Amino acid sequence: MSDTTTHSVSYVRESMLAETAPPVTETGAIKWMRENLFSSILNTVLTILSIFVVYWIVSKIGPWFWNSIWDAGSLTECREILAAKGMSSHDGACFGVIKDRWQQLIFGFYPSEYYWRPVLALLVFFVGISPVLFDRMPRKMLILTMLTPFVMYLLLWGGAIWLPLMVAAGFGVGYLAMKALSPINGLLGSLGAIILPLIFWLYLAGPIAGQLTSFAPIGFEFVPSKSFGGFTLSLVIGIVAIILSLPLGILLALGRQSDLPIIKYSAVTFIEVIRGVPLIVWLFTASLLLNYFLPPGTNFDLMLRVIIMVTLFSAAYIAEVVRGGLAALPTGQYEGADSLGMSYWQSMRLIVLPQALKISIPGIVNTFIGLFKDTTLVVFIGLFDPIGLAGAVRASTDWNGIYWELFIFIGVMFFIFCFSMGRYSLYLEHKLQREHR
Amino acid sequence: MSTLTDPPKPAFRLSQLIYDTRYRSITIQLVALVLMVLGIGWLVNNTVQNLAALGKDFNFGFLDNPAGYDINQKLIDYDSQMSHGRAALVGILNTLLVAILGCVTATVIGVIAGVLRLSKNWVVSRLMAVYVEGFRNVPLLLWIILIFSIMSESMPQPRDFRGDEPAASMILSDSVAVTNRGIWIPRLGFTNSLSGNEAVASVEGVPAVASGGADWALIGVTLLISIVAIGFVRSRSTRIQEATGVRPTTWYLQLGILVIPFAIVGLFLGMTVVTPFLKGFNFTEGTHLRNSLIALWLALSLYTGSFIAEIVRAGILAVSKGQSEAAFALGMRPNRTMNLVILPQAMRVIVPPLISQYLNLTKNSSLAIAVGYMDVRATLGGITINQTGRELEGMLLLGGFYLVLSLLISSVMNYFNNRTQLRER
Repeated sequence: MSDTTTHSVSYVRESMLAETAPPVTETGAIKWMRENLFSSILNTVLTILSIFVVYWIVSKIGPWFWNSIWDAGSLTECREILAAKGMSSHDGACFGVIKDRWQQLIFGFYPSEYYWRPVLALLVFFVGISPVLFDRMPRKMLILTMLTPFVMYLLLWGGAIWLPLMVAAGFGVGYLAMKALSPINGLLGSLGAIILPLIFWLYLAGPIAGQLTSFAPIGFEFVPSKSFGGFTLSLVIGIVAIILSLPLGILLALGRQSDLPIIKYSAVTFIEVIRGVPLIVWLFTASLLLNYFLPPGTNFDLMLRVIIMVTLFSAAYIAEVVRGGLAALPTGQYEGADSLGMSYWQSMRLIVLPQALKISIPGIVNTFIGLFKDTTLVVFIGLFDPIGLAGAVRASTDWNGIYWELFIFIGVMFFIFCFSMGRYSLYLEHKLQREHR
Repeated sequence: MSTLTDPPKPAFRLSQLIYDTRYRSITIQLVALVLMVLGIGWLVNNTVQNLAALGKDFNFGFLDNPAGYDINQKLIDYDSQMSHGRAALVGILNTLLVAILGCVTATVIGVIAGVLRLSKNWVVSRLMAVYVEGFRNVPLLLWIILIFSIMSESMPQPRDFRGDEPAASMILSDSVAVTNRGIWIPRLGFTNSLSGNEAVASVEGVPAVASGGADWALIGVTLLISIVAIGFVRSRSTRIQEATGVRPTTWYLQLGILVIPFAIVGLFLGMTVVTPFLKGFNFTEGTHLRNSLIALWLALSLYTGSFIAEIVRAGILAVSKGQSEAAFALGMRPNRTMNLVILPQAMRVIVPPLISQYLNLTKNSSLAIAVGYMDVRATLGGITINQTGRELEGMLLLGGFYLVLSLLISSVMNYFNNRTQLRER
């Protein structure tokens, strides 16, 4: 190669060498494996150990999934199919139970001709909550958000359309009172906005709704609470409790941050007492004791009692999340609002809470995940959540003796819900971090 | 001569109670107080009326009445003739037992999983991610029921251990038996028990053993004294290190202080390991860990462990990279960097949420109801309430117990926070 010139210097190369491929150990999969899996002795041991664990699990339960039977009307039928294939009843899963009973696991005892109503209610919920969760949605949609609870109530429980309308009208009365009375006197305005709707709800809403119902009975078929079950029940309890507990939780958080000792210590007491006692004790309180605390003769259904208890429970947790948001806000924001001469409520409404709540949304979503998982506890006081329904399915003659398939289905459903919500809250946290820089 | 007089003090007007910020806070608090007292009064009044209507009174005398039910797992002496109060105490101890066991194993699992999830090893970190996400996103109740079903459905029956060619055999050199009725593990017994040798297992090949509170107390006191003495040795070597720069080697001294007194006491008491063996239809001797305890303990540890793993991971990630780089630049070795620079800073982030996970675990142990573990909710909050019809008193005591426990744990947390908080300005 260096014979092109006579005076060539022996150690200078004049022509380029062709590119050689990198060594095998430095490219592609082998390099990746060397760096990621076998970089040291410890790493190699760990890799082999975890591959062994994965192999062990897959080899134990893989065939069971692989041989599963989906077309069977009962456990005996399923076992016959397995036996016909020459397998024992432990060699294959009977997911036929899911195909047979998935409607029951999801809707409980909700009348089957109305299954569209809970589904539609869930869709309405998603539409309603979207402007809160994603700030790319148009702000006008917040009006829809305010209507969502009433539409959802109507879809889930049904009954005449007038009662939820009257309850919604109460808020309208409050708003009008605020508008009309505030110019006369600020205090009168706030008092009117609280007292007039209360009067409306207590004395007018019921009779008017009754009159309207007898006059024009528009509405859906009424579905009693005891028909609710399965994932519908879990979602209804979870969603209703989280929506109701938000305002209460915000008030408690503000109370805990307050300068007024009586308000502060009562908020602290409430939060600590609720958080210090397990949910299951509160649920037993709801089913055994709530009637003691209410006027004699009061009796309302168990689901409502549970929702009240779960709401109070999650309000305490939300209060702590919101308190974190309030504390994370720089003091300058509070002082800035004060220096502009804003009143306490003005500064909270316009300056502090919008920022604090934005920081707290990931925490609120996490609270909701925990709450949603905790709704399985209602099985102990006799409501039919998915786990309770699994018992009901097992009690039927067709599926007596089936365990794992039901638990796996329930677990997978919960996993899908909770995992996606967890991803959402993670996405939000990253977004907030970016925006804060 | 001009006289200076104070400007006339403005007379106090009632409207100041609303418009003057100096007085308004008092007004608001008074109104709030009155409303609150009215609300509580309303609830109490309702309760009194309801109780009167049912012909019940409010007293805690039922705690002294004989309970009349058995508890299958008891850490202290108990039989059905003893009082409801004693039954509640047995339940409380069972709750504490599963809570403490759960906290320990959850911490071990969580720390290992959290560290491994940060590993550069792709397979290991993926595996840990699957574990963490899988357990975090499925209700604890489901895990408890699942583990309980695995234990009681898939494990061999005690009779499978019988015969010349048994279908199942004991593991760990014939000392642990895993059956569908629970797990039997070896226990410590004393041939020279302080509490006398009346409880004797008279099977050939098994030494006559007993164990009483006095034996355990003696061993506990011995270990405590050893640990205090080790503390002295360590502080002395720290003193020497600060004075001379050289830390004396004392590990053999520490080991000796720990082991020798324990061995002497053990010899004195005639301490032996009693392994379980099959007798009749079931295993006997050894310690019986019931399925309910195992399911609850395992599920609580794995579930809480997955949360702790995330906390540990976040804590380690929270220490900025510059810290370890600076330590390396100072010439510190990796393990000293970890011990002296990274861990102390990570612990500040890790410990508060860790303790709140302990709190959660303790409260979640009330899910014992799913598998029939006899915790305080099952004794005081379950059978006692059903037998005596004292829902109000029983639930109050139950709630009070959990509340006191939570407040204790969170006061530990606050103490730690105050000690390790960064002191700025």
